[in-house]
Amino acid sequence: MHAMDLKLFRDFRRLWVQGVAIALVLAAGIAVIIMSVGMSRALNETRSAYYDSNRFAHVFASARRAPDSLISQLRDIEGVAQVETQVRSYAILDIPGRAKPATGLLISRPELGEPLLNVPLLRRGRWPEGAGEAVVNEPFAEANGFLPGDTISVNLNGRKRAVTITGTALSPEFVYTIGPGALMPQNETFGILWMQAEVLDAGFGMAGAFNTVALTVLPRTPLEPVKDAVKALLDPYGAATPVGRDAQQSNAFLDAEIQSLEVMAWVLPPVFLGITVFLVNMVMGRIVQLERSEIGLMKAVGYTNWEIGLHYLMLAALIAFLGVGIGWGVGSWLAQAMSKLYAKYFDFPFLVFGVPLSIYALSAMLGLAATSAGALSSAMRAARLAPAVAMAPPAPPSFHGSTLDRLADLLRLGQPTRMILRSLLRWPLRAGMTMLGMALAVSVLVASNFFPDAMDEIIDTAFYQSNRQDMLLLFDPDAPETALEEVRRLPGVLQVEPQQYHAARLIYGSYEKQVPVSTVANAADLARVVDGNGQVIAPDPFGILLSDRLAAALHVEVGDTLTVSFESGRRETFEVPVTGIVTQFFGLGAYFAHDTLNAMFRQSPRVSNVNVTLADPQAAEAFQERIKDVPRLMGTINMTENRLSFMETLSQNILIATTVYGILGMIITVGVAYNAARVQLSERARELACLRILGFGKGEVAYILAGEVLLLAVLAQPVGWVIGYGVARLMTEGFTSDLYAIPLVLEPATFARASLIVLGAAAVSVALVARRLGRLDLIAVMKTRE
Amino acid sequence: MARLDDRTREVVFRTQGLTKTYDTGEVQVHALAGVDLELFGSELTVLLGPSGSGKSTLLNILGGLDRPSGGRFWFRETELTRASDRQLTRYRRDHVGFVFQFYNLVPSLNARENVQLVTDVAKRPMKPAEALELVGLGHRMDHFPAQMSGGEQQRVAIARAIAKRPDVLLCDEPTGALDSHTGTQVLSTLQRINDEFGTTTAVITHNAAIRLMAHRVIRFQDGRIDRIEENDSRLAASEIHW
Ligand SMILES: Nc1ncnc2c1ncn2[C@@H]1O[C@H](COP(=O)(O)OP(=O)(O)OP(=O)(O)O)[C@@H](O)[C@H]1O
Ligand SMILES: [Mg+2]
Repeated sequence: MHAMDLKLFRDFRRLWVQGVAIALVLAAGIAVIIMSVGMSRALNETRSAYYDSNRFAHVFASARRAPDSLISQLRDIEGVAQVETQVRSYAILDIPGRAKPATGLLISRPELGEPLLNVPLLRRGRWPEGAGEAVVNEPFAEANGFLPGDTISVNLNGRKRAVTITGTALSPEFVYTIGPGALMPQNETFGILWMQAEVLDAGFGMAGAFNTVALTVLPRTPLEPVKDAVKALLDPYGAATPVGRDAQQSNAFLDAEIQSLEVMAWVLPPVFLGITVFLVNMVMGRIVQLERSEIGLMKAVGYTNWEIGLHYLMLAALIAFLGVGIGWGVGSWLAQAMSKLYAKYFDFPFLVFGVPLSIYALSAMLGLAATSAGALSSAMRAARLAPAVAMAPPAPPSFHGSTLDRLADLLRLGQPTRMILRSLLRWPLRAGMTMLGMALAVSVLVASNFFPDAMDEIIDTAFYQSNRQDMLLLFDPDAPETALEEVRRLPGVLQVEPQQYHAARLIYGSYEKQVPVSTVANAADLARVVDGNGQVIAPDPFGILLSDRLAAALHVEVGDTLTVSFESGRRETFEVPVTGIVTQFFGLGAYFAHDTLNAMFRQSPRVSNVNVTLADPQAAEAFQERIKDVPRLMGTINMTENRLSFMETLSQNILIATTVYGILGMIITVGVAYNAARVQLSERARELACLRILGFGKGEVAYILAGEVLLLAVLAQPVGWVIGYGVARLMTEGFTSDLYAIPLVLEPATFARASLIVLGAAAVSVALVARRLGRLDLIAVMKTRE
Repeated sequence: MARLDDRTREVVFRTQGLTKTYDTGEVQVHALAGVDLELFGSELTVLLGPSGSGKSTLLNILGGLDRPSGGRFWFRETELTRASDRQLTRYRRDHVGFVFQFYNLVPSLNARENVQLVTDVAKRPMKPAEALELVGLGHRMDHFPAQMSGGEQQRVAIARAIAKRPDVLLCDEPTGALDSHTGTQVLSTLQRINDEFGTTTAVITHNAAIRLMAHRVIRFQDGRIDRIEENDSRLAASEIHW
């Protein structure tokens, strides 16, 4: 091995703690790249492969009952490639041996041949051949332990019918399978059932008709005109506005997941790589300064500038190798954990979940680029150092008297404190960057905690103040209000409350929004409208109440008159004054008083939902056993379970997130504080040894060493809070969508916790370095030439 | 007793009105104020002079570590006055061996590896072990600088300088940090290299006693050559004491 290489490895071994501290920061960045870029690529590729092979549609539309004669007209729309029509309906399922009812989405299969689009993939058994048979989606079968041959009971429009499961399947439409009103997949109580078309035709009176259509378009066809044409064709038959893939529920969830991975990839790695650049820069700067005479010597014996510059770049590259290695390991492990999580939440038939090799290569190049960028100026300084100058001892750094001295006089500061302050002023850039590094650590901790804080607020308003029902029963949209009485008579029922849900288009001038409009019962107690301050708001009987984000989207204010065009119920259009605007986190809410809507429709009172509270858990069982037989009931949502499972998943995720970000924050702090203190020690070894010889105690000398870094750590706190607050603010804005708005909530405890972690990690790092001070060989230090 | 004259008449270094000025802001320091000098093949020269008189400056320029402000200088037939960085590096690598007052060993490399640092890039070097044998350190090859005395470190530095079989050996106060006994050992080594390999050697020193081992003694004063003395008889380094 060449002597230069030996020197390289020996130097690295001597600096290994510093090297590792930097490598860990780099590794964090690399791991996040592997995980986020890798997983988003993998998810994307898996998804497109699945969509391609199973012909996932481009446009999805529904109607109440459209005649089959429309199919050829749909096919004739300009740019349409293929059309698939189906009958779909929700139904209550009764699973033998289980009290809890489940909700099923029944989907018709063509009488002849295979579906053209959204082709379900048979996983087990065979497709149904007779009227009493169905294939169910695989997660539903797994959650309930169904095997081919098992029988469940399906409530087909009021008539219960035994259905034998002949197999299981997966569909590109249901990668993320979520039932009506649910917040996350609950495979035990929500399933997809593919049945022969005749069964659904007969059960729902849909012979010669369809209520769902999916279609693909030819390459490079703009979607909007196609959607408009579909809408125009279906409109006479009770169409809801057609949507593209972006609004298809399962696909939208996948989009959101991919997007959040991408956001992570754009936000976190730059922070870690940036800090790596700074740390390498600081440490290499010191090394080159220390090795001036060695550099001079290497030049004197004939090493070229290039060889010398490369030598120092290589030293930094060793840090990169270490960091990239650790980052690859941790990143692969994280990616694997993620893909396990995805396998749990997303139902793909196959997993292309491997991080592409190109991402490993890319991350390694970024790591090497970061350390090289950090070492570049030092390496160039080494290369440019004139050999004659290098051989001479460096001039002592020039300190100047300044206003600081007068200030120090005024405050009667001791010499050690003055030394700390002078050094800060002597290298203001380095001090600033050190502080900024630690401030970033604080901000990572603050910003990552904003989510839990905000979630508490959202959950409280959405679940415990607005929606207090135990069960939500979904009825056929035209059920008479007598249904309410039927429910009231069921065992264990404490309270019932009627509600109606309608799809509607709200139009104001050129602004238009498609939203669900719901009603609020008179003196509502179970499903209420609660504003941001916890105030219960009742809709005015003469107008419509809008959530603030919906009002903003439509550009309306209280007093304006809005056009409300219903797409369900009686499908009428009204001019309605806006009588209230309410601050809300979830959804784009639009509310009428329950009685007002019935009066507007000039009809006997109807319900589409019934909210129920139950006396006690024992009552729940009897209640659930009985609702399976209620006619016109299409689905049930167990809100209590919904809340519980959501909270459980959430608290798990939050625990994982706070742990991960806590570790990341500590890695940054240790990387910055430890290296800053080591560089201090190296620069001041002679000075500190001098002080010791002059009779200063160990504590006083340690104070000078630790003081600067700890002072910077303390100064970093408010800066970190501000940055963290800013990042949290950006994140709330980034997360705000039609689905929900996240309030910017940061508890004082969050700031305190972030600061404690960072100050603690900084103190430990500095203490580790201060321990070296105890081992300082006074004579050796004074004898060696700097 | 060294042989009196085994010098060749080949001119190894020639300078013509060489000047070096340092601009330190307030004042200009004329480190070299016009030096005309010739050094011959196989010659051992001692440079004497008060502190700040320009000895190191001259040696650094001759060794290609620094550039003159004015005048010209040649190594053999090659003019180096306006040599590029790359040419100077080449020149140092192929022809020059340096010995410095503070040894300048790389602390993370042991004796052999410090020598290897040079042999790695030289054209036809000795083996590092051979060079260390020459300076009497064959048995300390695996020791790190921190484990050696000053004299031993300086001899490693000499081994490092001679391992490439340089044409010229430039030594800036090689005994400056050493006691008389160790200093003598180091000087003997230098003298032996000069004798055996005919390496043109220039030694800067503050120790007037050392002048007795040189062919010629060059005295510096205020950036100029004050006078040059030719020794009729030379002493062996071992005979010198201070
Ligand atoms: N980098 C520099 N900048 C400014 N002045 C310098 C520099 N290097 C040397 N000098 C000045 O040039 C003059 C000659 O310096 P040089 O090192 O050649 O002296 P020297 O004869 O080797 O002295 P010594 O015996 O003390 O080593 C001195 O006055 C010195 O202060
Ligand atoms: Mg000198």
